[in-house]
Amino acid sequence: MSKEYEIVIGLEVHVELATKTKIFCGCTTEFGGEPNTHCCPVCSGMPGTLPTLNKKVVEFAAAVGLALGCDITRKCKFDRKNYFYPDLPKAYQISQLYLPICRNGGVTIETKDGGEKFIRLHEIHMEEDAGKLIHDEWTGQSLIDFNRCGVPLIEIVSEPDMRSADEVISYLTNLKSTIEYLGVSDCKMQEGSMRADVNLSVREAGAEEFGTRTEMKNLNSFKAIARAIEAEAARQIDLIEDGGTVRQETRRWDDAKGASYAMRSKEDAQDYRYFPEPDLPPIEISEEFLAEIKSREPEMRAEKKARYIDDYALPEYDADILTGTKALADMFEGAVALGCKPKEVSNWLMVDTLRLMKEDGVDASDLKFTAEQLAALIGLLDAGKINRPTSREVFEAMFREAVDPAAYVEEKGLIMEQDDDALRAVIEQVIADNPKSVADYKGGKKKAIGALVGQTMKAMKGKADPGTVNRMLAELLDE
Amino acid sequence: MTASEIISLSALELGQAIKEGRTTSPEAVDAYLEKIAAEDGRFHSYITVLADEARARAAEVQAKIEAGELTGPLAGVPVALKDNLCTKGLLTTCASKILYNFRPPYTATAVQKLLDAGAVILGKANMDEFAMGSTTETSYFGPTGNPVDPEHVPGGSSGGSAAAVGAYLAPYALGTDTGGSIRQPASYCGVVGMKPTYGAVSRYGLIAYGSSLDQIGPLAHTVSDCAAVLETIAGHDERDSTSAGDPAIDMHYTDALVRDVKGMKIGIPSSYFGEGLDHEVKEAVLAAAEVLRAEGAEIEEFDLPMVDYAIPAYYVIAMAECSSNLSRFDGVKYGYRTERFEDLQDIYKRSRSEGFGTEVKRRLMIGAFVLSSGYYDAYYNKALKVRACIKKAFDEAFAKYDVILAPAAPTTAPKKGESLSDPLKMYLSDIYTVSVNLAGLPGITVPVGQDAKGLPIGMQILGNTFCDKTIIRAAYTYEQAAKERKGGRA
Repeated sequence: MSKEYEIVIGLEVHVELATKTKIFCGCTTEFGGEPNTHCCPVCSGMPGTLPTLNKKVVEFAAAVGLALGCDITRKCKFDRKNYFYPDLPKAYQISQLYLPICRNGGVTIETKDGGEKFIRLHEIHMEEDAGKLIHDEWTGQSLIDFNRCGVPLIEIVSEPDMRSADEVISYLTNLKSTIEYLGVSDCKMQEGSMRADVNLSVREAGAEEFGTRTEMKNLNSFKAIARAIEAEAARQIDLIEDGGTVRQETRRWDDAKGASYAMRSKEDAQDYRYFPEPDLPPIEISEEFLAEIKSREPEMRAEKKARYIDDYALPEYDADILTGTKALADMFEGAVALGCKPKEVSNWLMVDTLRLMKEDGVDASDLKFTAEQLAALIGLLDAGKINRPTSREVFEAMFREAVDPAAYVEEKGLIMEQDDDALRAVIEQVIADNPKSVADYKGGKKKAIGALVGQTMKAMKGKADPGTVNRMLAELLDE
Repeated sequence: MTASEIISLSALELGQAIKEGRTTSPEAVDAYLEKIAAEDGRFHSYITVLADEARARAAEVQAKIEAGELTGPLAGVPVALKDNLCTKGLLTTCASKILYNFRPPYTATAVQKLLDAGAVILGKANMDEFAMGSTTETSYFGPTGNPVDPEHVPGGSSGGSAAAVGAYLAPYALGTDTGGSIRQPASYCGVVGMKPTYGAVSRYGLIAYGSSLDQIGPLAHTVSDCAAVLETIAGHDERDSTSAGDPAIDMHYTDALVRDVKGMKIGIPSSYFGEGLDHEVKEAVLAAAEVLRAEGAEIEEFDLPMVDYAIPAYYVIAMAECSSNLSRFDGVKYGYRTERFEDLQDIYKRSRSEGFGTEVKRRLMIGAFVLSSGYYDAYYNKALKVRACIKKAFDEAFAKYDVILAPAAPTTAPKKGESLSDPLKMYLSDIYTVSVNLAGLPGITVPVGQDAKGLPIGMQILGNTFCDKTIIRAAYTYEQAAKERKGGRA
């Protein structure tokens, strides 16, 4: 590369709102379900039917806007976005173009050098989701499932303020965390409840004008987003270096191949013929309504993090990770509320939980075990019923199969021998059987006790507390 | 009661006769079905006659009336419905090939309210395809004839509804009015037709043409019938966000059936009576105004601005909205689908090209054009501004007058075949009706005479938003006074 380039990125993030019912009818928004069982004449766009707005959608969208410091449009409106596609049975999507519910605001991210950067938002608007097409390769037919039609979405549009994949991931992480904390979406990228399209262009470092941008779709994980950004930036830079020009187009990311391909260019971009939706009157948003939403805003990440440090004396690092996802924070607070020591709970979450999540590729929001189970496990440890190595084994079973720890240790016979006389007898036998180690210990090599502890644990089939074993051994040897 | 006696009754009179046991709902339905079978071949006011369903339903309704479960003024009275009103399980075609086989799984709210009041549906009335037209000649199922002379059109787009009432093939009907589609055919067919204030009647189940303009309303022989029907179908519907929800709005329309216009201030816009208005229509409407003056109204001419801009603004907005509303008819989920196609685009293209008629296609094309990028501001946005100015002009007029009088159309019913050859001329003939839809106002047409050929002439009475009762009172007063003058009973 002969020149220095700067990558310029803006994001369009779609988030499915976790309202019970759809945006314009009373159908359930539940994910899954047999095809075409969560739909009605309204969301399947039958002639003569009319949309009626679910007010929860406005509440949720406004809550996100307020949390992100946006200006809330006091009289916002819906518009129709017209295009033909079989998953869109009205042939228009009810969306917002002219007067979206939120404008401005932004997300503060941490940069690599440890500094802070403010990513501005252009707008947040409300809209309805489309249905799903299922292509049957075998028969060559396409089938339509309208279950997702009319599921409420917000689209969060950023300004082109990001300059690297790291910044994008940081932005998305913060956005996801905020939305999760508000409880307005579960933000699951795998299930499509959070989807991000990446608008990316490159320009020579120091240039004032933006380069021509492409829009990347079909990004289903943070990892895919990072990979797609690297690949697309490299592709554009190569093009320019080779004397070519970037075409304004929409591209589809193929994560398996690690490459993208053009879907449609600007020339065949559709004219959506937006116009105000005549079936829905403007939405008047009052000060009282906003005050009410603000008053219901839960403790957000920053406050929570500070509280963890102050009230639970957690290190900042722990507090940061635990509050990074609402699910982990909820787990932490749940176990602490049941009487566990904060640092102990934090360790379980920071070490074992994060390790297994990584190994198994599980999101914090999909953890199988409960705070009650974690507290029970810690209780078993505290009561000396199991030792630490055993507890790790129990935890793995809890993590993967949500087993009840008390029942599990009972069933597997993992409860430690509590009979000191029996333990003493075993230790005495070990001392008798290992004269060399005993001699080493008595000769001043205090470390030799480790081998004796090991032998004792083996003889006890692990059902002894290593600390107790250590103490008894020392007593007997020092006699 | 004989069949001809039954048919001579107004809807309310028939309801009363059924209530008093002088006749029954099955008898009344039979009388109308027989007349339809015998005569509708000449008029073609119906697309679908629901003879079996109507007879079965009439028997049920009669039993409920006798059991005291149905006591309303319209119980047992048959009705014709414009074919863009959804009726559960029954063909609802919008007079289009593209919906030739469509049976909706739901019933329009306004229709359901009539059914709840004991109405019996005789059939689905003919109309211009998707309510686009002023003559009922754009129907895929063929044109309707004027009840006075079937060689003439009945007007449109609710021409089937107006003709069915005018030809005594239904005691009353529901129509829809987007730019005059109730008031103009009522005028051509010599019946009373009312377009209520936008939002008075739920649009749920009305297959939309222009969503911000469409309103369902009654057509009948008398003002009283229209008021009674409107009272039955009006009211807030949680399924239509544009339906009026303010409980302060008085929807007891029959309370306005009072012969009293003393001191009522009536404005006559001079521009409505100038160039382009047939002199026979003008004479008849001005004579009708004199009847109201004699009843005590104060009448004066005034200048209503913006009149020239109403037609272009109306057509831009209506066509823009319809281009979006009718996009769902794509051959995928229901209705007509082309027989041969190559891919998805081809299904859309062929199904729509083959399924829609010429006038519909013209409006869809123009509508898509005025919304397209680069033209939106020049056409659609400008039309919205004009619309706001028109609303303001009416607001100012209604600050001075209680009601406004106007012709319903520049001429009496033209001959079949004269209008479609010149669509622009047809659009221009909507000059007296479209402003009312743009401003969301109520309007009622009452018959005020005939031309030399015996073709009916109607007069419109327009009111301020949600002052539907005022125009009903003025219309009722005129109707009673005119009847008295003719020597009928007042």
